[in-house]
Amino acid sequence: MRAPAEGVFAALADPTRWRVLNLLAERGEGTATSLAGELPVSRVAVVKHLAVLDRAGLVEGRREGREVRYTVRTEPLGETARWMARLAAQWDARLAAIKRLAEEDPNTQEIPR
Amino acid sequence: MVTERIERETFIKAPIERVWALITEAQHLGRWFGDAGAEIDLRPGGAMVVRWAEHGASRGRVVAVEPHTRFSYRWAPFEDPGGEEPDEGNSTLVEFTLQPEGDATRLRVVESGFASLATSEEQRARNHEGNTKGWEHETDELRAYAEKVAI
Repeated sequence: MRAPAEGVFAALADPTRWRVLNLLAERGEGTATSLAGELPVSRVAVVKHLAVLDRAGLVEGRREGREVRYTVRTEPLGETARWMARLAAQWDARLAAIKRLAEEDPNTQEIPR
Repeated sequence: MVTERIERETFIKAPIERVWALITEAQHLGRWFGDAGAEIDLRPGGAMVVRWAEHGASRGRVVAVEPHTRFSYRWAPFEDPGGEEPDEGNSTLVEFTLQPEGDATRLRVVESGFASLATSEEQRARNHEGNTKGWEHETDELRAYAEKVAI
């Protein structure tokens, strides 16, 4: 199994970036200025958050005059969620196997009691 | 929010010594983790190998051993690191904690460190082919996943 895109987890670990991403998703698109108007952080801070999201492949920017207009790319996020869900399911299976082995009748097994 | 750790736990109707043996001894690791055997040098820094009949082997490195309480190791969860030592750039940390509950055991596992895993150019290129459709579907998927891991 391959790992998801580098930086996706780090990009999403910050609550403000998560808000930026959700605002972009709700509005369809946005600029650093429009996003800063809806968040309790400066435009400069939003620009930095957008740069991190861009590097992680989670948003894509299109220059329009003096502003860059951003939209969300869902694929890396979905891929990461699916990847983590698969790994979590593997752990469920492994823990179930440990439980089954542990609860087997010890008299028929070589596992210490 | 997407968490970069997986947390799971289970309640086992067996004493803690028995569960400890299952998660730390090679003969057992080779059954529930791999399916074609395993090797482990059970001490901090000790080497670990887990084998699968169809997927080859994965190398690990024991991090912590506190008998009947805690056992942790690093390993590459998705690819054979190919002779490289498991370190923070190419592996995740798996931590087991055991807690006695009467004659039974609560076993918890946390796998973390996904954020620091490096990936290939090819993978990154594939990720950049994404589009903006299906956002709702993806967030639903994430929420479902988050609720699942919040157990």
